[in-house]
Amino acid sequence: MSDPTSAEADAADDGSEDAGSEPDAPEIDLPSEAFDAVLDALADREPGEPVRFEGFSVARGADEDDEDAPVEDAPGEYVLADGDRPVGLSERELHEALSERAAAVTDWYTFERVVGEFGPRRAFLRWIEDADGDTVATRYAALAEGIERAWGELKITATVTDRGERRYDVRHADDAGVPVDDLDAYDDPLNARDLVTFDEQGRYRPLKTAPSLAGGWVFPDLGPRDLYEAVETIYPATVANWHREREGELDVTHWRETMERQAGIYGVVKTWDRGEGYEHVNWVAEACCDDSQCLKRREWQYDDETDLDVDGGDGAFPCREPCSVVVSAARKWTRLESEQPRTYEFDLTPSEKEQVEDIIDAVADGRTDEIREADTKEGANRYRARFLRAKLFDDEGNLGGVPTESAEE
Amino acid sequence: MQSLVIVAHGSHLNPESSAPTYDHADTIRATGAFDEVRTGFWKEEPHFREVLRTVEGDEVYVVPLFISEGYFTEQVIPRELRLAGWDVSEWDSDGLSADQATLVAEDIDKEVHYCGPVGTHRAMTDVIVRRAESVTNDADVGDGFGLAVVGHGTERNENSAKAIEYHADRIAERDRFDEVKPLYMDEDPEVDDLPEHFESDDVVLVPLFIADGYHTQEDIPEDVGLCEDHTEGYDVPETVDGTRIWYAGAVGTEPLMADVVLERADDAGADLGTALDDVRETTRVATGD
Repeated sequence: MSDPTSAEADAADDGSEDAGSEPDAPEIDLPSEAFDAVLDALADREPGEPVRFEGFSVARGADEDDEDAPVEDAPGEYVLADGDRPVGLSERELHEALSERAAAVTDWYTFERVVGEFGPRRAFLRWIEDADGDTVATRYAALAEGIERAWGELKITATVTDRGERRYDVRHADDAGVPVDDLDAYDDPLNARDLVTFDEQGRYRPLKTAPSLAGGWVFPDLGPRDLYEAVETIYPATVANWHREREGELDVTHWRETMERQAGIYGVVKTWDRGEGYEHVNWVAEACCDDSQCLKRREWQYDDETDLDVDGGDGAFPCREPCSVVVSAARKWTRLESEQPRTYEFDLTPSEKEQVEDIIDAVADGRTDEIREADTKEGANRYRARFLRAKLFDDEGNLGGVPTESAEE
Repeated sequence: MQSLVIVAHGSHLNPESSAPTYDHADTIRATGAFDEVRTGFWKEEPHFREVLRTVEGDEVYVVPLFISEGYFTEQVIPRELRLAGWDVSEWDSDGLSADQATLVAEDIDKEVHYCGPVGTHRAMTDVIVRRAESVTNDADVGDGFGLAVVGHGTERNENSAKAIEYHADRIAERDRFDEVKPLYMDEDPEVDDLPEHFESDDVVLVPLFIADGYHTQEDIPEDVGLCEDHTEGYDVPETVDGTRIWYAGAVGTEPLMADVVLERADDAGADLGTALDDVRETTRVATGD
C-alpha cells in the first residue's frame, strides 16, 4: 500500500540532519481563532501575567497606556519572552511573532481551548501524541506522518492539519490499512452505539469490552472532543478509569466487598464465600475476565490481602471491580455450587471421554462456529456430537441412561 | 456546566432494553438544554458505579428512567452512585411524590441532584395519552375508546400499582376516553380478562414499562390473547372476544418520555430554557391527514 506521507517524512528526515535531533515540524498557518484565543487569554490576565507556550511566553505590557495610538499599533501592548530579553510588540507584531511560532500556539490552543480541562479527556488526548513527553516539533512531525495508538480493539490514528488542528481516524484494528471508501464512514460519535451493540454474527454484546467488536466501519475525521466521545461510547468509562489509574487514584473494589454489597436477587452471592479459600473466584476470573473474554485488565482481587492466582490480562485500561456480567454469573454459580458432588457411573470409550472434553473446550473457547460441518476429526463436530447423543442418551436425555436424580429422591 | 445523567436498567440479553434511554437522551441533547447528556445502566455500561466519573459538569441532575419508586430508585441507584448519607426519607414520598434530593456523590466528591423516577411524575400521564394517540395514529383518540393502563402489580412492589392507579385516575378525570381502567399482570383486575373489564368496542392497552422486552413483547400479548405465541406476532388492533385491542407496547418508547425526564430535572432546579416546549413540539403525533 502506498503511504502518502512517506515523501514528506523523508523530506523531514533530510531537513533534520543538519539541525540535530529535532525533526522539522510541518508548516502551520496560524488560524484566526487560535490568535483570538490568545488575545482573549491575555485580556483575562493582569499585565505582566504571561500565557505560556512551549519555548516562549506572552504577556500584556505593563507600560503606560498610549491613549492616542490605535491599539493594534501600540508598541508595548504585548511582551514576548523567549529566553532572550523580552520584546515589546504591537498587536500586529504579536500576530507576526505568533505566526512564526504557529506550531506552539496551535498546540496551546488545541489543549487549552479545544480539549479543555476535563481530566480524562485531556489526559487521553495528550497521551495519544505523548504531549507530556515530546516537544511540539517532534509531535507535529510525528502527527504529520500519523501517530497510531491502540485502545482495546480500536486503532486510532492522529494527524495534524496545516492549521494545527488535530484530526483522528478511528476504526477496528482489523481494518488497519483499509481505504476509508471501503468502510462505512461516520462522523457523529454517537453512531458508535449502533456499532457496538452486535458482534459480527449479529449477536447482542452484553459487555462492551468483550473482544467481539465488529469491524467494517470508520470515523475518518474526528476532532479531539469527538474522538473522546467515540471512545467513551465504544468502551464506556475506560478512559476515566485509565486516567484515575495514571493519577494513582484508581478505586479498586475487590470481589469480597463487591459481593457483600449485593442485595435483592443478587444478595445470595455473598454466601458463596464461605471462608474456605478463594479458588471459586479464580475460576470466575478464568471464565469471565481472561483477555480472550474481556479487554479490561483485572485489577480487583479476592480481597485487599488476597490476590487471585490467575492472570489479570494485559489491557490498556483497568477493571476496578467485578462487573454486572460477573455478578449475574456469580449468582448462578452460587446456586449451582451449593450442590454436593455425587458419583455417577458411565461407560465411555477413551475417544468418547476425549470428545466430551473437546466439546467443552470448543464451547468455552467460542470455537463451535469454526468447526466445519464435515470435519469429523473434531470432537465438537456436529455430526460427532449427534452420534454421541444418539448412542449414549436415553429417551429422557440422560447420559448413559443414568438419571440425574437417583430413584429415592 | 450543567449535566444530565439518565440512569436505567439495561439488559445483558435484550438490546431493546436500553434503546429508549438512548433515544430520549438524543432528544434532550438536541435541545441543547444541557452541556452534556450521559446514560448509565445497571446491566450495561457505563454502569451506575462508573457513570458519574464520566461526567464533566458541576451541576449534575440524575434522572432514573424507572416506572415506580422502589428497590431500584430507593436502594440500588443511591448505593451504586455512592450518594453519601442517602436515606429514602430524603424524598419524603408517599410512594408517588419523590421529587429530588441533593447529595454528594462520593465517587466524584460533588453534589448531584438525585431525582424521582419518571414514571411517577404528573407529566407521565400525558405520555400515556400520547402513546394512545401514537398507536391509533389519531391525535384526538378518546371518543368511543377505552384505555387500559397496565402494570406489574404489587407482587414485587406496592408502589408499582400506585403509579398505575395514579395515572389512570388522572386520565379518567379528563373525560377524554369513554373508560379508563388500571389492569395488572399479577393481581386483580388482571389484564388477562381485559374484554370483561371494558364495554367499549375499542380499547387501547398501554403497558407502563420503560422498554420493550419479555413482559411487553411476550407476557402481555399472550396473556391478553393477542396471539397464542408471541413469535406469531399480532395485528394492531387485534380483536379478542369482540373487543378491538390496540396494543401500544411499552410506554417508555414514546418520544414524549424525553419531556418527563426534563420535567424531573426542571423540578430539581435545572435551567432548561425552552427545552420543555421544544420537546413537546418535536415529539408530537402527526395529525395524520
